[in-house]
Amino acid sequence: MIRLEKRPEPSRVWTAATPVLAVVATMIAGGIMFALLGKDPVAAIRLIFWDPLFDEQFASFSRPQLLVKAGPLILIAIGLSLGFRAGIWNIGAEGQYIIGAVCGAGFALAFFPSESWLIFPGMVIVGMLGGWAWAMIPAILKTRFNTNEILVSLLLVYVAENILASVSLGLLRNPEGAGFPGSRNLRNWEATSNQELIAGTGMHWGVVAAFVAVIFAYILLNRHITGFNIRVAGQSPRAARFSGVDPNRLIVFCLGLSGALAGLAGIFEAAGPAGQISIDFNVGYGFTAIIVAFLGRLHPVGILLAGLLMALTYIGGELSQFMLGIPAAAIQAFQGMLLFFLLAGDVLTNFRVRFGRTRAA
Amino acid sequence: MDLSAINPVLLLASLMVAATPILLAALGELVVEKSGVLNLGVEGMMIIGAVTGFIVAVESGSAATGFVMAAVGGAALSMIFAVLTQYLLSNQVATGLALTLFGLGFSALLGQGYVGIRAPAVPDLDIPLLSGIPFVGPVLFQHDLMVYFSLALVAAVWAFLKYTRAGLILRAVGESHDSAHALGYKVVRIRIAAIAFGGACAGLGGAYLSLVRVPQWTEGMTAGAGWIALAIVVFASWKAGRVLIGAYLFGGIAVLQLNLQAAGVAVPVEILSMSPYLITILVLVIISADRSRVALNAPASLGRVFHASS
Repeated sequence: MIRLEKRPEPSRVWTAATPVLAVVATMIAGGIMFALLGKDPVAAIRLIFWDPLFDEQFASFSRPQLLVKAGPLILIAIGLSLGFRAGIWNIGAEGQYIIGAVCGAGFALAFFPSESWLIFPGMVIVGMLGGWAWAMIPAILKTRFNTNEILVSLLLVYVAENILASVSLGLLRNPEGAGFPGSRNLRNWEATSNQELIAGTGMHWGVVAAFVAVIFAYILLNRHITGFNIRVAGQSPRAARFSGVDPNRLIVFCLGLSGALAGLAGIFEAAGPAGQISIDFNVGYGFTAIIVAFLGRLHPVGILLAGLLMALTYIGGELSQFMLGIPAAAIQAFQGMLLFFLLAGDVLTNFRVRFGRTRAA
Repeated sequence: MDLSAINPVLLLASLMVAATPILLAALGELVVEKSGVLNLGVEGMMIIGAVTGFIVAVESGSAATGFVMAAVGGAALSMIFAVLTQYLLSNQVATGLALTLFGLGFSALLGQGYVGIRAPAVPDLDIPLLSGIPFVGPVLFQHDLMVYFSLALVAAVWAFLKYTRAGLILRAVGESHDSAHALGYKVVRIRIAAIAFGGACAGLGGAYLSLVRVPQWTEGMTAGAGWIALAIVVFASWKAGRVLIGAYLFGGIAVLQLNLQAAGVAVPVEILSMSPYLITILVLVIISADRSRVALNAPASLGRVFHASS
């Protein structure tokens, strides 16, 4: 008989090994899925995980895209991971991302066509505050009225999407856009343009912010009392309360920080790669970041690696869509599958598998 | 603006249609949560039900077969959640989210060739005599079978939880899995059965969206209905009768805002379309503000991992 025995503490080896195993398992299961769709599985997997980086024909285009796509994913996932560690579930990062972009872009466009250098930092700060404020709604409802933050933050995504549709058709619509929905192009306007910092790398200010966030989160978790409190609150809420951790302050801090980072990711995206606010501005980074956070084991360095891997699947997905006609949705299913394998593998981290009969206690 | 264009009979009749998908999904989740499991994958199971129901109905030409297969599809997806949380002891919140993300992607993949097709019609019953009553007839007695099935299911779930021995055991598992285990009940098996029921109900709710309410298949068509169903379970304080009230209240708001949009009320369309979500949040706040009530009604083992140590 197989039975599970709780480990006194999570195994370090398995903590590091499960993401790798999960990726391998996903490649196999994904290959089967592609084979069922009538595509060559080996070619598809190669196209997703290998060709964007090493193929002569595609790499020059794809490599910079890696950082462009990983930037927002890492930025959002870092924020989410702090809350997840403390058992505070912000799953509405997509909404905070949208609102951050809308607020920042709204601030910048109010000054059009000024060329002041102050507009860019102002826009970034307002974008961050926008995401923060949107995340404060579930935080305050949770602390004041004990409302479930999972449901509220998620429902607010749909509200944010409606706001996005409203402003791109109304308030922020480009007056010179011939009636098309969407704002002025922020990338083509000198004062707000979030350009590539080093040509050919895809590195823009959002990616810089993501790296800074990784370092910040690492220091916070390992060297600062707040990080310690977050870890204690997640592992043993009772112990945290006895040691004087105020759960409400932790909720406000974690939700606020993850909202601010999501807002930051939104405004950098709007001013850079996306270029404008439009109805289809959000592409699900806020949800994929949840997978990134888990795949990175809620650890800053892990998230950095996981973000790069997830970005790779995005690019590889586009590539295989173009080359093999694999539907775009396949990649989303692929990412969900990865999370399943990861969660399944976690049993090995927390439990020891024992074979044979139960011994009498 | 022309409010007189809104016909109260049609409004109330379409209220029942709008509420049915959420009612079905919320009833399923109610049973799951009563057994002490929090499955946040309702949205994913609903959309898988929507797409399988639609595909099967189109291919077989029979909406009834579509509904049956939608229930099977939703239950099949919920089994991934069941294995992960019950045997591999994974975190229920994370696993539920994974289920939703996977369901949204996988359904889009399955439904690729089915966008823009019309589903076979689901006939309305038109109950003789009763449907002839003015006002009440068209509102209550001229719907399709699924509307009445969902109402019967409310009564069945209520009676099951309140009067049957199996219902009592299910609640015991949800209140204290360790005690139930000590009494010799198979906690894991009971929970898996509850999860499968929840998946089947969510699948039916999804199929009702794609076969009756819309009736078409589009990517991401559930648009948060699964999350609203989860909120309604909290709103209902885990009671079947109140799930009915919550779902119909929500259906009323959804239909009213659509009617107001059509009537050209001087409120921006976006504000009207976001109103169901805002009102759901508002209702959650009002219910949760009374801490003692939620604490008393929520199953005590909700969301906790069960690991029999011996």
